[in-house]
Amino acid sequence: MGPPDAQLWLWASHTSPGGMSLGPGWLRGEQPRGTLTCLLPQWKSGQLVQLGWTASEDLLCIQDDGTVLIYNLFCEFKRHFSMGNEVLQNHVLEAKVFHTEYGTGVAILTGAHRFSLATNIDDLKLRRMPEVPGLQKPPSCWAVLSQDRVTIVLLAVGQELYLLDNTSCSVVVSELRQPALAGASRAICTPPSSLEKFCEFTSSVRSPPKQMVWCLRPRSRQRAVVVAWDRQLMVVGNSTECIQFVLDEDSYLVPELDGVRILSRTSHEFLHEIPEASQEIFKIASMAPGALLLEAQKEYEKESQKADEYLREIKDQKLLPEAVSQCIEAAGYEHEPDTQKSLLRAASFGKCFIDKFPPESFVRMCQDLRVLNAIRDYQIGIPLTFTQYPLCRDPAAGVGSGPGGIGVVGGLAAPEVERRETSWPSATPCQEGAERGDESLEPRSQRQAPREWPQAAQGRVRLALRKDFWGCPVPAAWQRCWQGGEVAALCPQRIEGRVGALQNALDEYYKAKNEFAAKATEDQIKLLRLQRHLQEDFDKPYLDLSLHDTVSNLILDGHHKRAEQLYREFKIPDKRYWWLKISALANRGDWEELEKFSKSKKSPIGYLVRAFLAGGGGQPCPRVGLWGWARPWALPGAAHTG
Amino acid sequence: MSPLDRIANVSILKQHEVDKLYKVDSRPALSTSDQFCFLVRPRIKTMRYIADIVNADKMSGRSRKYKIIFSPQKFYACEMVLEEEGVFGDVTCDEWSFYLLPLDEDIISMELPEFFRDYFLEGDHRWINSVARALQLLNSLYGPFGKAYGIGRCAKMSYELWRDLEEESESDGQGRKPEIGNIFLMDRDMDYVTALCSQVVYEGLVDDTFRIKCGSVDFGPDVTSSDKSIKVLLNAQDKVFSQIRNEHFSSVFGFLSQKSRNLQAQYDRRRGMDIKQMKNFVSQELKGLKQEHRLLSLHIGACESIMKKKTKQDFQEMIKAEHSLLEGVDVRESTSFIEEHIDRQVSPIESLRLMCLLSITENGLIPKDYRSLKTQYLQSYGPEHLLTFHNLKRVGLLTEQAAGETLTAVESKVSKLVTDRAAGKITDAFNSLARKSNFRAISKKLGLIPRVDGEYDLKMPRDMAYVFSGAYIPLSCKIIEQVLERRGWLGLEEVVRLLNGNEFSVSDSTVEDNPTWESQRVILAVFLGGCTFSEIAALRFLGKERGCKFIFLTTAITNSARMMESMIEAKA
Repeated sequence: MGPPDAQLWLWASHTSPGGMSLGPGWLRGEQPRGTLTCLLPQWKSGQLVQLGWTASEDLLCIQDDGTVLIYNLFCEFKRHFSMGNEVLQNHVLEAKVFHTEYGTGVAILTGAHRFSLATNIDDLKLRRMPEVPGLQKPPSCWAVLSQDRVTIVLLAVGQELYLLDNTSCSVVVSELRQPALAGASRAICTPPSSLEKFCEFTSSVRSPPKQMVWCLRPRSRQRAVVVAWDRQLMVVGNSTECIQFVLDEDSYLVPELDGVRILSRTSHEFLHEIPEASQEIFKIASMAPGALLLEAQKEYEKESQKADEYLREIKDQKLLPEAVSQCIEAAGYEHEPDTQKSLLRAASFGKCFIDKFPPESFVRMCQDLRVLNAIRDYQIGIPLTFTQYPLCRDPAAGVGSGPGGIGVVGGLAAPEVERRETSWPSATPCQEGAERGDESLEPRSQRQAPREWPQAAQGRVRLALRKDFWGCPVPAAWQRCWQGGEVAALCPQRIEGRVGALQNALDEYYKAKNEFAAKATEDQIKLLRLQRHLQEDFDKPYLDLSLHDTVSNLILDGHHKRAEQLYREFKIPDKRYWWLKISALANRGDWEELEKFSKSKKSPIGYLVRAFLAGGGGQPCPRVGLWGWARPWALPGAAHTG
Repeated sequence: MSPLDRIANVSILKQHEVDKLYKVDSRPALSTSDQFCFLVRPRIKTMRYIADIVNADKMSGRSRKYKIIFSPQKFYACEMVLEEEGVFGDVTCDEWSFYLLPLDEDIISMELPEFFRDYFLEGDHRWINSVARALQLLNSLYGPFGKAYGIGRCAKMSYELWRDLEEESESDGQGRKPEIGNIFLMDRDMDYVTALCSQVVYEGLVDDTFRIKCGSVDFGPDVTSSDKSIKVLLNAQDKVFSQIRNEHFSSVFGFLSQKSRNLQAQYDRRRGMDIKQMKNFVSQELKGLKQEHRLLSLHIGACESIMKKKTKQDFQEMIKAEHSLLEGVDVRESTSFIEEHIDRQVSPIESLRLMCLLSITENGLIPKDYRSLKTQYLQSYGPEHLLTFHNLKRVGLLTEQAAGETLTAVESKVSKLVTDRAAGKITDAFNSLARKSNFRAISKKLGLIPRVDGEYDLKMPRDMAYVFSGAYIPLSCKIIEQVLERRGWLGLEEVVRLLNGNEFSVSDSTVEDNPTWESQRVILAVFLGGCTFSEIAALRFLGKERGCKFIFLTTAITNSARMMESMIEAKA
């Protein structure tokens, strides 16, 4: 491996399954925004074979002559040591950095196909491993395992898997079908003390994988292996099925405490098992209390009474405390601040309805997330997950002895302590992160609501806390949201404005696919325009009459042509038209016109009695001839009027 | 008459130095007094109105004292509006926990007509609190209720809230001897049909025709046969009224003529009296007779007026159409009757009522009718009713059949995606969304349409169907009857499912179940969203039959017209 690419992010990680990557190392020349933090000096030394990190976050650079150079986190040279003469002569073919309970070790495969180990670089003791019989070419893959002070090398040669310890070399498994693949898989998969087969999985891929790493699943306490090919990622576990992903570009896998990071030239992804809380809340159609609470809060934000329905649903099952805890927990696993906020908002909303919910978990989560978000910022670039976080926050966890770990500890684990107690030799990314977290964390304010919580949300919470919360009325405005346009349209005086507003309503109705309402609105626009014309032509009020009344008034005023026109234009049903025309004519006492009308077309409803009824029988009808149409079921009382 | 008149009328208020009374909804009248007292319902609109007055006074430099009394309770949002308008500091607020107004010996009203629209249309839960507090009040007055039954979402929520209140207050009412043994809560949306039918019991008819307000009615000149209108309190104290209120209208006239003959006979007794007897008669009986005479003439006048109106509006035809809707026969004919009703512009409210009745009994209109009836209606009464139809659809009073089916399709698709438990929930959610009425199925299950051979004897009724001329037993009353009979919901599962559930039945373990107690025979029927006089009459009848007593607690007395009016979008 040559000098690192100036833009490439390089992650080093402790490769043992239980370890984790704490302080990520930077070998990059500059940060994305251009602040120079650390720059590896121009590489003037020999050919680099391998880079690695020690447990104390030092950078190990292994050269092909067996020299190992140690730099600190800020790329300042510390010291160097050599892996011995044998290595110097035969050169380094491959090298691996591994971790034991004592510290960090280095394993070297020399050009003579022999292994050399140093189990602790701080207390250098070189060890030459016995020869592997018949090893003529480098093994297809190998790994260093360490347990109970014994360090062994596992390697696959041809179809066989060898175990190499201080004194001997023995065959563990023979007849591997796909030596490269299977060998590698076992080398990593097997606990060294008892070499049992962890799992066997047959992938359909012919070529050997590029990389295999452990993927730990904190929730189910099971392990899985992530296998990467050039453009494919497979998660393999104790089952015949596997999960496959497609990789868009060359990627590098870094195993971590709770998942696997997938780094590529342009992206950084994190593959992990979804925590239970998140799954419960975000599962499709989930009815988990947390999911309902989140939904309730969203509805509450929308000022919808559904909020109450959801809340009741939770309360009925007496699961509100669970719902709140679930939301708080799930917030921790989210990486998007917006999602975090919405979950925490839901939690704080739910808390209002519980009498005594201990606030610590909520406050603590807010603090933790603030720090996590701050250090996840691209300028700081420590994308820790929530599961990894306590390990580096809590000094007792021990692993966090690196400067990155301490930095965070100083910044937050003790907010009561005077602010920024820890001093740093220089501006480091870690400290920046810590400071950012620190700034937003006022000392001794542990129990307060987070300061940068949106003001609006606080107001709402306050509202919700009032005992008459259920009494708060629903503003009429949003109840009718999309009808709103039309309500407005029906009141203003000016016709243009009204037509405009109606037009808006019409558009909305079309959008809402409410064809009936759209048609009705269209008709109303037409009618309004017509009424305006009528009003101008006849100088009588026509605006705001219903269609029926408009036509009726037209007939009453003797504008039969216009009435006829409206009848056709609006497709007034015959029955209605006959009704209104006969009653209007009768009211007017226009018997001649009525007779004319009676001859034009056959009436669907009969004539005379209705005319009398409508006209109140006030004026006697001069034409007895019309009697013929009177229908027998006409009402009593009318019959003797004639 | 307003609720306030029942409690403190104008003269009492004047005695307490009230200068003048104004109505809140009209524009502020100019007043010179330096104190204003607003007695209001907690409404945003009213708050703005008050704020406008205060601000106008501030502008003109006049300083007054303002006091707002919220009834029945103060809402935080109201204070917020006052704060927003910048007058919070200028007014003082108070609460008048006025929850119950006894209208009669057995009717208690909360006088919250807005409850129906607020809860069922707008989904506003604010009044639930008031209902719960009213129950709490009753509980503190009459001791714990032994058994509580209920159906409907609102009923359930009110009940639970009341229980919560009860637990919080830790009142020492426990161990008291209960005076009300049973309580039955019911949502109005469990039974819209009954509320939509034309009423034919005398009290209901008077309500439909003249509008009974707060237990009193204004009889106009056509009733009093003078040029004045008279305000009459209608309750059990009215001896004539109390005898005819629950009767079917057809038997009222006969009763009244009988009564007048009796009265005449009593008057006639004075003939042949000696002086002493005459003195006795004048001093003791005459006043009562006079009073009775007056009432009798009023009710006869009212009957005449009702008769006149009802024949004018083709009442018989309408009743016929209604009955066939209830029975589910000749639906086509009824539909065209409704259509004609709309075309003739008989009455916007009545047409709407018939449309709703058709929709509910048929479980939604078929799409063609749905469109055509709505178009006809809009043509008759103007386009603003588009919003009315939207409201009616939301409460499930006027719906389209197809809507339910499309929902089912979506439902089945969705439920394939999720687990069984979630699918059940989703189905429930869709059901409540679609608000199917299922009236026909329920009617069959409960036998709401009595099968009688020959004429139904309205004078000697056998069941509650008499309140609708023997054509239909009110669903709400039937449910109450069934539940009380079974002492729970056991055996009614199918009906409950069709009604969309939310039933409950709780017996208070702290109350001894002693069947000999008189309280066991007292049932408090709570109607959330209003109840009609027909229902009251039906339950009174049931009580008489079963030897128990019903007491009614309702958010307001309602009828079909009030219900429709609350759904209509007012012309702005």
